[in-house]
This record gives sequence, C-alpha cells and structure tokens, in this order.
Amino acid sequence: MARITAGIGSSHVPAIGAALDGGRTAHPDWAPIFAGYEWSRKWVEAQKPDVVILVYNDHASTFSLDIVPTFAIGCADSFAPADEGWGPRRIPVVHGHSKLAWHIANSVVLDEFDLTLMNKMDVDHGLTVPLSLLLGQPTAWPVKVIPLAVNVIQYPTPTANRCFRLGEAIARAVQSFPEDLNVQVWGTGGMSHQLSGKRAGLINREWDLKFLDQLTADPDALRTLSHAEYVREAGSEGMELIMWLTMRGALGPKIRELHRFYHVPASNTAVGHVVFTPESG
Amino acid sequence: MSSAAFNDIPGTYVFTGDRAIEGRHLNRFCMSLMSPANRARFKADERAYLDEWPMHAAQKQAVLKRDFEALLEQGGNIFFVLKIAAVDGRTTQSVAASFAGQSTEEYAAMMRSGGRSPAGLRSISGRF
Repeated sequence: MARITAGIGSSHVPAIGAALDGGRTAHPDWAPIFAGYEWSRKWVEAQKPDVVILVYNDHASTFSLDIVPTFAIGCADSFAPADEGWGPRRIPVVHGHSKLAWHIANSVVLDEFDLTLMNKMDVDHGLTVPLSLLLGQPTAWPVKVIPLAVNVIQYPTPTANRCFRLGEAIARAVQSFPEDLNVQVWGTGGMSHQLSGKRAGLINREWDLKFLDQLTADPDALRTLSHAEYVREAGSEGMELIMWLTMRGALGPKIRELHRFYHVPASNTAVGHVVFTPESG
Repeated sequence: MSSAAFNDIPGTYVFTGDRAIEGRHLNRFCMSLMSPANRARFKADERAYLDEWPMHAAQKQAVLKRDFEALLEQGGNIFFVLKIAAVDGRTTQSVAASFAGQSTEEYAAMMRSGGRSPAGLRSISGRF
C-alpha cells in the first residue's frame, strides 16, 4: 500500500531558482536561505520518497487566463520546465507517476473534488524551485512528481477549507493505492508577500509565524480564515498559503514538526519552510 | 467572495472577474510575450505590435510607458504584466519598487530590514 510519510511546506520564490542556477548561493542575500534548507535536503535524501505530490500554482506559464482550472492534477509521464519569458531553467525534466495520478483522480473525483486532468503541461518555478531547494542540483530528479496546480491568481480562488479537504481526499486516495510507495506531499508558495500596489514589499512576520504555529497545532483555525484576511495580513500573493493547507490536510490530525525555517527576505518574499511527519506514519 | 472586503484593503489589487473582463486583451497581449518570436516583434516595434491587439488606447499607453500601476488599474494581472518586465530584462523587485514609488535600491534595503510593515495598511475603513 502507498503511504503518506511526510508533509513539507516551502516557499517557491523564482529568484531563489535564479540564484541557484546562476551560482550565487554563497551571496549574503541567498546563503541564509540555502542554509535553512540544508537539514531538510539531507532528511529528504535519507527518506528516499518514491513520489512527491507537489501542490503549487502556475504563474501565467502553462495557464493563461483563457482556461483557469481551480485544481489540476498532472497525469503525464513527464513535465518540462516552462519558459517563463527568459528561457526555461536548465534543470532536469520532471518525471510523473501516471498510475498514481490517475488513481488519485479517480478517487477524489468520486469523492466530489472535480479535478482538471492535465496530460501535457510545463511546470514553472512554483513547482521547480521547491524541487531545487529540497533535492539540490542532481542530473536527474530522484523522485517522481505529481503536480497539483491550484488557482490562486484569478478570483474566485478556492477557500482555505476546500484546499484542506482536498488534502484529506488525496490521503484517502493514496492509502487505497495497492503499490508499496513512499509518498510525500509538499505544499508551496508564500509566505507573506505583495508584488504590486502601494503595499508592495509587505511582510508580516508576526502573522507568518502564527500561521506556522497553527499549521502544526491548530490547522482548523486557518481553514476558516477568509480570502480577505489572507490578502490583508499576508499580502495579495500571500494567498498562496492556502496551498500549504492541502499538504496539512493530507497528514491527518496529529503531526510532528521536525524542522522549521523562516527568513526575510528572498527578493520580495518571506521564506517559510516546515517539515512534518504524520504521527501514524 | 466579497469585493467590498477586498476594496477595504489599501493599495492592493485583487484579480476579480471584473478586472479580468477589463484586462482581457491586455493580459492576452502579455501572454503572447511568452513566445520568443513575439518578443522579438514587440521589441522591434512596440506600437505596431500593440496595435494588433484590441486594447484600449490607455492600456497601450501604459505598456509603452511601463506604467505598471496604470496597467493593474486597467485590468492587468501582476503575473501577466511581469512578462513585459521580462522582455526588458527587469527584475520583479524593480517592478515592485516602482509600485511603491521607491528606487530599487531603497526597496531592496527595506526588504533586507524586514519588509514593509502592515501596520496602518490593513484597512481603509479602519475596521482592522
């Protein structure tokens, strides 16, 4: 049987990928960020996950505004790094796990979560920057990845609670997959940031740290927050944090927090990172 | 989805359906810049390339002037208008700084010292 053995939360700031690809990891702006992930890189390597279900959002790369799926699951065998306007990142192609992706789709759609099925798509920094942060710079990614794209750009975006419940449904799906697989769920994006308007550069450290505390101990408190509260407190792009709730929902009620890292800034953004294991796992 | 709740947050664009309608062609133009061939055509003659899109004159003017605030006021989505900055080889941080009326250096220094505090920037009505 497939098992969800860990949940990881991580920011996915594009400038982190650019710093890594450009060999600037030792620069004082970036060194603390890579240091904050060092423990996790070693831990993930030791855990040897077979599959990562990676919850992220596309940033006008694969999805224009012509088609806006609320939730889309990648069922393809492979996903190419997207050209986001200056050429694709020079990183390995991301390999999927079609069988598990289709199993999840079958299970959660019957569980009343109507996912869009993606049999061809490119993946942008939302997905590839967490891979780089947590897996380093290998010549081939050591895990298969099932992309789960969430619309957090075009309102109406899904509610925090819906994201959490999707995580619960994904957990039920994984648990019923017959193959023995070590599966991790990663929730990405955030933390507080706002790229536009007079509040550009907004960082809310106090709120971010409370979010991390509640994600561990009282996720129900985060499920009921309104969109307006996420935007008001974490900035317009801080809405991405609802994707961490899908990860948290997939882990069950009781978890252990193994690692936490918080750093300001990466370019415009507060970087947050946590590693959880389910208590039953 | 209460637009009133969003509208109470100062200096913040929330990309609602109304904004998507207003910015439909502007955002499509921006997305077209994902293609290297289109980027080259835009760079060669910005005005002529813009005239291929059924955008409002003010939207085209905002593109030519790289007035990102005006682009968002007229329905542009931040992740789409950033494609214009990518063509120019500009960083996201320099665009963010321009929204706040800061130089990139001032803005970067502010970010290094912890970013912009939300204190006093939560609510126009004063409810929060």
